[in-house]
Amino acid sequence: MPTFYSTEVTSRLMLGTAQYPSPAILADAFRRSGAGIATVSVRREAGGDQAGQDFWALIRDLGVAVLPNTAGCYSAREAVTTAQMARELFDTNWIKLEVIGHADTLQPDPFGLVDAAAKLTEDGFEVFPYCTEDLVLCERLVEVGCKVLMPWGAPIGTGLGLNNIYGLRSLRAHFPDIPLVVDAGLGLPSHAAQAMEMGYDAVLLNTAVAKAGNPVAMARAFALAVEAGALAAGADPMDARDMAAPSTPVFGKAIL
Amino acid sequence: MKIIVNGEALEIRAPTLAALLEELGKGDAKVATSVNEAFVSKTQRADHTLHEGDRVEILAPRQGG
Repeated sequence: MPTFYSTEVTSRLMLGTAQYPSPAILADAFRRSGAGIATVSVRREAGGDQAGQDFWALIRDLGVAVLPNTAGCYSAREAVTTAQMARELFDTNWIKLEVIGHADTLQPDPFGLVDAAAKLTEDGFEVFPYCTEDLVLCERLVEVGCKVLMPWGAPIGTGLGLNNIYGLRSLRAHFPDIPLVVDAGLGLPSHAAQAMEMGYDAVLLNTAVAKAGNPVAMARAFALAVEAGALAAGADPMDARDMAAPSTPVFGKAIL
Repeated sequence: MKIIVNGEALEIRAPTLAALLEELGKGDAKVATSVNEAFVSKTQRADHTLHEGDRVEILAPRQGG
């Protein structure tokens, strides 16, 4: 299993906690997925409601590691403050760093991301940057102290899968020793299997499970796909080729 | 004095951030705080004096992706 900073994780599947039909379905989905890490956020509680407190009790009962995010932040300053609040709230140095650059695509702002990652690393955070597959951006993130990279597969919530296979493959080849997680854009278990087959260490998803007609079954399907993909990657897949090659021996065929 | 809490204008009596949480019934709640866009840790709340027009954020654990 991959090691994120100094923690060896228990599963290659990381699961978000938003958009489930109910808290009970969220909990069942987690149990069936075997996911060892749950992403969470920090938000206002409306009026005197206790939704946040109830949610925290539910997550604690799951017994998984928590990865807080800075979702919705559009500047490094906002993301840094959000991360500081999340660290105190969840008692962890881990932070899934999101600095969003565009409202339509929710793609990362690479400049703000590097800026925030540098400040947070300096402040003792262990940063999991939500980034694109841009090699130069990823090099900068590593230079400022990131020891995990989380390139997107496709824009958040689209379910389009791996949009830039070449870029993701290049990233894997360029950073053989840095844990790489495909974060965002996965829609089907086959997308997760594909990421694992390419040698990625883990996948992080939310909408594909939470918005499925049966989130619990889909959570299990993703777990199996991740396991199959990781097994395949370790089994040294054959090289693809353009021309056909018979699998049944030609030698010994009767001449009829 | 009038301050802004989570985007809403409130008339409060509390002189400090810790007192504000008590006044709002969140003294024991699992929350994190900021004032005027700067993080204020739990241990700093009792010493953090509030001023007219301050913008306070009180955040709780929530679902996230």
